[in-house]
Amino acid sequence: MSIAITTQIICFTVLSLVIIIGALGVVLLESIVYSAFLLGGVFMSVAGLYLLLNASFVAAAQVLVYVGAVNVLIIFAIMLVNKKEDLKPINDIKSRRIISTSICLTLLSLLIRVDLTNVWSLSSPQNSIGEESTIRIGEHLFSDYLLPFEVASVLLLMAMIGAIVLARRDVMSKDISTGLPVDQELIEKSSEPLLTNKN
Amino acid sequence: MMSLESIPIQAFLIVSSALFCIGIWGLLNSRNAVRVLMSIELMLNAVNINLMAFSSYVDNNLIQGQVFTIFVITVAAAEAAVGLAILLSLYRNRVTVDMESFNLLKW
Repeated sequence: MSIAITTQIICFTVLSLVIIIGALGVVLLESIVYSAFLLGGVFMSVAGLYLLLNASFVAAAQVLVYVGAVNVLIIFAIMLVNKKEDLKPINDIKSRRIISTSICLTLLSLLIRVDLTNVWSLSSPQNSIGEESTIRIGEHLFSDYLLPFEVASVLLLMAMIGAIVLARRDVMSKDISTGLPVDQELIEKSSEPLLTNKN
Repeated sequence: MMSLESIPIQAFLIVSSALFCIGIWGLLNSRNAVRVLMSIELMLNAVNINLMAFSSYVDNNLIQGQVFTIFVITVAAAEAAVGLAILLSLYRNRVTVDMESFNLLKW
């Protein structure tokens, strides 16, 4: 690492503050659109933390996949389902809030205690490979992590097909190119909304 | 105060712990289903920060943690796509995104 330690600490502090405050905004803000854009800011700051840890490839992947794909997908979903609705009040909302907040604070204090009291056996920074990490990741992906790499490709294919099947809506009765009737077994039938008037 | 050579690993771990707990809080308390998915993404990012910190401080020669982070990012992208597709399908059937009204599995 060639950056001076003071610069590192300043960068780390700013990025951490953006992450924590942004994450609080994501879960606490009323408007879901603001939450989505704050989520993009949190993802960018996490990529900055990766750069501080000498991992430029993972930082680039974080920006491409999270900010470029996941966040855009979330914003599209908000656009599709964004209907103003008055939520039904819940009776025991206050006790729920108290219980969940206390659980989260307990977990946080437990984790921070473990972080601070455990003695980590850190390796010497002289071994750091720094800028060669991209080469090393490629070597890993095509040697000892080859099977997970291939399984990940199958997983992405399954997710793509599953998302298409789940989200598609309008079904044509005839195939456009061949004119044959379409096999509709996998396809959701157009129907009345289920159970909308139940309670 | 002694002068530091680098940022202590505890700082990264505390940030990731806080992010994880915020994610859990959002997961438990959100009523909008999209916000629940966002909270899950926050938790996955907290895990990624942990993996990257340990990869850099403990295993900085083999960096297997970075490979794991790549896989977690892949799985998170697939999870977001399928989750949002399920959400659209639910919205089509119930015409709401309120988590309290999704009681189709209740008997």
